[in-house]
Amino acid sequence: MPKPLVTILGKSVKSVMKLRGGGSALPGLVVERIDPNFLRSCLEPLPRGVVLISGTNGKTTTTKMVVELLEAQGLKVFTNRTGSNFTRGVVAALLGDVDMTGKLHADIAVLELDEAHAVHFVKAIQPRHALFLNVMRDQLDRFGEIDTTARLLHTVAEYVTDGIVLNRDDPRLGSRAFRNDLKAEIRTYGVTEELLHSFPSDDALHDSSVVIATGEPANNDVCLEAIDDHKASIRIGSKTHERELKLHGIYNILNAVGAVALCRMVMGDELNETTMLDTLARVEPAFGRGEELTVNGQPLELVLVKNPGGFRLGLSSFSAEGYATMIAINDNYADGRDMSWLWDVDFSSLSEGVALTTGIRAYDMALRLRYDEVSVGGIDPNLTTALKKFLNQNSDSPKRIYCTYTAMLALRRELAKVTKLEVVS
Amino acid sequence: MKPKTINVLQLYPRDMNIYGDWGNVLTILRRLEWHGYAPELLTYNQGDAFPEHVDMVLGGGGQDAGQSKIQDDLLSIGPNLHELAEADVPMLVICGLYQLFGKFFKTNSGEIIKGIELLDLETHAGSERLIGNIVTKSDDFGDIVGYENHSGQTFLGEGVKPFGTVVRGAGNSGKDETEGARYKHVIGSYLHGSLLPKNPQVADWLIKQAVTRKYGEFTPKELDDSIALEARDVAASRPR
Repeated sequence: MPKPLVTILGKSVKSVMKLRGGGSALPGLVVERIDPNFLRSCLEPLPRGVVLISGTNGKTTTTKMVVELLEAQGLKVFTNRTGSNFTRGVVAALLGDVDMTGKLHADIAVLELDEAHAVHFVKAIQPRHALFLNVMRDQLDRFGEIDTTARLLHTVAEYVTDGIVLNRDDPRLGSRAFRNDLKAEIRTYGVTEELLHSFPSDDALHDSSVVIATGEPANNDVCLEAIDDHKASIRIGSKTHERELKLHGIYNILNAVGAVALCRMVMGDELNETTMLDTLARVEPAFGRGEELTVNGQPLELVLVKNPGGFRLGLSSFSAEGYATMIAINDNYADGRDMSWLWDVDFSSLSEGVALTTGIRAYDMALRLRYDEVSVGGIDPNLTTALKKFLNQNSDSPKRIYCTYTAMLALRRELAKVTKLEVVS
Repeated sequence: MKPKTINVLQLYPRDMNIYGDWGNVLTILRRLEWHGYAPELLTYNQGDAFPEHVDMVLGGGGQDAGQSKIQDDLLSIGPNLHELAEADVPMLVICGLYQLFGKFFKTNSGEIIKGIELLDLETHAGSERLIGNIVTKSDDFGDIVGYENHSGQTFLGEGVKPFGTVVRGAGNSGKDETEGARYKHVIGSYLHGSLLPKNPQVADWLIKQAVTRKYGEFTPKELDDSIALEARDVAASRPR
């Protein structure tokens, strides 16, 4: 079938799906079946190629940051915005952006892909640049184990043609074994030794004696030197820059440093460094990733937690003091069915108490807190009624909700009724 | 009166602690406290000196890399573990260490990884992973709920009895109805989730064995396990 027809067909399926209020992947599936080359023919002609962002935690926020940084440098950027982070989702996103002849009017594509889908993607299209954030335990019931995940990313790295940015403080990505035999140029980002203790790795979880292998920062690398609330000191090469950021949480800020390193690599000599840093200061977190809403005049934060590493980082990024906390744990397929991971998170920082646990596994969460001797105000598996109670009982204080993926989607639907927020389909 | 001490040994926390095995250790430590005892957590990692006074042993699963790292070391402390097991010290080993407490693990390529032969069982690499929520039952413990995730298929010999009979899920091999294994006061199992928080009856059984063995008698306090009971019901009702 000629390409314009495929494009029109795909776009039609997409509009029909929109009318039905349906998912984002089906139009992608239709096009993939009819024209397997669709992806390549759209993305290959892009003058600055494809940038791929992968890793266990932080992909969505980081992708958003990279897109905004590159747009501020004057590029027209295509991205898979809805977090539908697999090939079919990329095709679906493309259908929204290409013209009727199937041409994508963009300079560069910045794509978020999970490790397993990235392996398939790079076999179709070789990315010019890539950014790898971290390798943590996530949904082991799907990927097997953490070393397997690292190997997936290494396979992805072998297909990258020009340059790769790595988190040098990640025990696997930062290891020499990972960098060996890669043909692309490698640059790294990370934190100073003093800041390292704020970033617990899975390996250090049960053994404080584990020393995290820190690769030597080279001249071209980027380093997070200090964080003081929202203020970050970022060293680029030999010069340190300070900016007040809208992002908060050390974890988001580390990802911001990764985004800066990637932006520098993509832009090369054309980079306007001041513009890049000023843009970074204005970047807002992605939905559900430390996103701040306002409900009845009080701030409410949603923190997405998907795995023990992410949960620990969330707890260490956001101080519980003065906040009412609710934890919403679902065990649907997208959340992971196994609750074991909750036992790999230390909840003692919530010692002032948790107002409510909710979600399908509300009782598992309450049980977990009991063993860390954290008091729980109430348990209600129903997300809708729990949210109501949480808002009513804590109307005078700022609030924070830690939630798994499907719990977050459900809570956002409820919150949309009482406050203004971006609705994500 | 000073509370009575119970020494709990965690095996290989550095390399064998995947899937929330810490939950089992934490449950034992807390419940010992709640029952009025003073738990002392000892850890044994590769190359350490094996501790002298041990009242309970807990061990978990690892990634392939973690398991291959500790195999030889485990064989070297095999005699210590045998001695403790014969002396009726309670033990709980999950997943990877459960397999290595058996006779051997045979990989897909036919390689034999020797175990310490404390449990009369053998494990063969399987082609598919057995994954999902699982419920078993046992005369001593009633219903046991957990989550399994293993590719090894374990077959029991005459010298052990199963920890539970599968009600829902795969169990040791998916080929018979057994799950886990017991020998003296040693329990091996594939169940995590973690196992002990949602199965307090198993935790208290291990505690009872350790305390009785050391101090002659165990008078449990009545603990409020209502949240665990609710969590068990939910887990048992969820899709595989």
